[in-house]
Amino acid sequence: MAEREDFMLSCPIPISEYPQVLLAHGGGGRLMHQLIEKIFGPAFKNPYLDERHDGAIVNFNGAKLAFTTDSYVVRPLFFPGGDIGKLAIYGTVNDLAMCGARPLFLSAGLILEEGLPMETLWRVVRSMQQAAELAGVQLVTGDTKVVDKGKGDGVFINTAGIGSIEHGVSILPKNVKPGDLILLNGDIGRHGIAVMAVREGLAFESEIESDSAPMNRLVLRLLDAGIAIHCLRDLTRGGLASALNEIAQAAGTGIAVEESAIPVRDDVQGACELLGLDPLYVANEGRFIAFVSPSDVERALELMRADDLGRNASLIGRVTEDRGGLVRLQSHIGANRILDMLSGEQLPRIC
Amino acid sequence: MRFISEYRDAQAAQRYARLIQRIATRPWTLMEVCGGQTHAIVKFGIDEFLPEALTLVHGPGCPVCVTSVELIDKAIEIASRPDVIFCSFGDMLRVPGTKKDLLSAKANGGDVRIVYSPLDALRIAQENPSKEVVFFAVGFETTAPANAMAVYQAYQQNIRNFSMLVSHVLVPPAMEALLSSPHNRVQGFLAAGHVCTVMGYTEYEPIAKKYRVPIVVTGFEPLDILQGVYMCVRQLEEGRAEVENQYTRSVRREGNRVAQQLIREVFRVIPRKWRGMGEIPESGLGLQPRFAEYDAERRFGVAAHTVEESSECISGLILQGIKKPHECPAFGTRCTPEHPLGATMVSSEGACAAYYRYRRMPATARVIKGS
Amino acid sequence: MCLAVPGRIESISSDDPLWRTGRVNFGGIIKEVHLAYVPEANVGDYVIVHVGFAISTLDEQEAERVFEYLRQMDELKELESGTT
Repeated sequence: MAEREDFMLSCPIPISEYPQVLLAHGGGGRLMHQLIEKIFGPAFKNPYLDERHDGAIVNFNGAKLAFTTDSYVVRPLFFPGGDIGKLAIYGTVNDLAMCGARPLFLSAGLILEEGLPMETLWRVVRSMQQAAELAGVQLVTGDTKVVDKGKGDGVFINTAGIGSIEHGVSILPKNVKPGDLILLNGDIGRHGIAVMAVREGLAFESEIESDSAPMNRLVLRLLDAGIAIHCLRDLTRGGLASALNEIAQAAGTGIAVEESAIPVRDDVQGACELLGLDPLYVANEGRFIAFVSPSDVERALELMRADDLGRNASLIGRVTEDRGGLVRLQSHIGANRILDMLSGEQLPRIC
Repeated sequence: MRFISEYRDAQAAQRYARLIQRIATRPWTLMEVCGGQTHAIVKFGIDEFLPEALTLVHGPGCPVCVTSVELIDKAIEIASRPDVIFCSFGDMLRVPGTKKDLLSAKANGGDVRIVYSPLDALRIAQENPSKEVVFFAVGFETTAPANAMAVYQAYQQNIRNFSMLVSHVLVPPAMEALLSSPHNRVQGFLAAGHVCTVMGYTEYEPIAKKYRVPIVVTGFEPLDILQGVYMCVRQLEEGRAEVENQYTRSVRREGNRVAQQLIREVFRVIPRKWRGMGEIPESGLGLQPRFAEYDAERRFGVAAHTVEESSECISGLILQGIKKPHECPAFGTRCTPEHPLGATMVSSEGACAAYYRYRRMPATARVIKGS
Repeated sequence: MCLAVPGRIESISSDDPLWRTGRVNFGGIIKEVHLAYVPEANVGDYVIVHVGFAISTLDEQEAERVFEYLRQMDELKELESGTT
């Protein structure tokens, strides 16, 4: 393909800009999207990847399937409310749920660092097993590799998953329409802060636990009830702000949200104030946004609030007429600003 | 959260906004000195509530923006050594030196760690006796008490593998340098509330008098900033030039005496080079001779290193309010938040980064007033 | 310069002025904070904390000033507009 050949001739990201991969390239912000747009996208160009959704929706021999993959490199391995194993299973289950699919089968590839205590491995694996059971999926294939001591953070996990799409609903960014309302299933920032609370140099006492949870049941409940969902996106790295920006850009529409409608727990707020972080950019693991037709919003909220994972569900904003791909935020005091994509990861600050 | 949320009340904010609208009869140019205040203005969209005629210039009150290029280069050099654990506040990691930043040094294998407090760095030194632990002591007067305590405790406990790369700057000399410049257009100031919490505000009284500018010591929440603006504009409208205190819940006229005492014991006033502004006499803090062994520049032999600043970046002129970001030829093209040429684009509250975000918003005249 | 946050002192560790630390509560999370610079602060007081150090004790009466001032100015404006 001519496009592929063009790509091979020169590296799209000028060497003088970023001769090396930085941590920020994995942060869920602008740099990561640059990597996707300039390296991965052009290299593997195809209609599935071009949708830029959490998973690919493929039609094969009459079956409509969703297929996704994700890797987990969290440090520390164990944190309040979870661990890397739980994250790995729920993360992929959730990506499938974001395609409107019923998650069925998962694979897991483990990269272990030489010297990792067997006890630790067992804890992680047990956690994966419990998570898979709770989510109703089976781990059907896997792989293990070991790298030299010093070349890994104890454990890295990659999971991939297949789910079946049993509704006629097409859930993709391009289906988002002006007038659509945006629902969020709960308070934000728990996961990122829970992990930070046990990080050296920033630690503090807290009862905040990661919100890591499987969201497939809640999503399927909504779809079963016939709620007109145009798009779903789970909030992970880069937080709510990044997810909103991704959809706005992929859909080519504008988004307007109200800060006071976005629930944040007091203790999460306290931690963010202390470290100078904005909760809108903090990582989550059990939260998603749904772009819903206005006529179905009341029912959707009712269903969400009846579920454990949607108790604090709220209407946070809407899709607007303008085509800029920008997200506008009305702040607590009622003034407006652009909620931008971060360039890299959000760092604690003192100023 | 108590003592935070109530100062973000929308109704009170709008009432303050109306008061300001009513009292301002002509154009005024104010400067908020502190980066934290700029951050709040940008985050809450406070300038949207201010009348067109009021211009807010974002001042040089951000250690990210004013730390000299040389010092960043020295930090990178020290951080790149294999026997060093380099500890810093998160703010400094993306500030570009001559060629790269601390984050790149980390990518290259340097042990660079973010800490919340200088005492965390001291603890790391105790836990890693075979390594040299260096702390990047940047900041205005607000952070000086913490840094002083870290050195003092290191000294008391005879911790030898700890040192600090000191880059403290002082606000009043910078303000004077700004005010004595022939290009100055700033007519009133919102002084930095947390700097004054430590230092008090007696130093500003002779400045207000000499240059005939109102100076209002202001806090950081939306209502603080709005009240501070109101008080400043009121002074201008009434032809007064005094120092007033808006942030009375934290600031006393004499400041924090205990903190000032330890600062004097550990630090002494020295000339300091400000990025984009050149050297300002008596505008920085350096370690007292008694604590010289904790000076990282001496310990690592990087003291003599000097550097010419990039001619393309005009952040100095921006910080002084002489030019606006979009007047810079590199703005938005060679210089963006992803690949910044200078500190005002790196820092999320730097004037250039703030402009970059706003200018994409349709019908946004607020921040680009007067252009 | 100057991210400093108000928090409530829950407990204080020692009385030695130089090494005095306390557990301070910020909306539900607790951080160990150095209290050497606020010798007058006690359990139950709010302090303003910057990089792990309390730099002042929050004056709760003065905290009301922002709202009192607003009320006064509003009343003043109403009086003024009443006379025109």
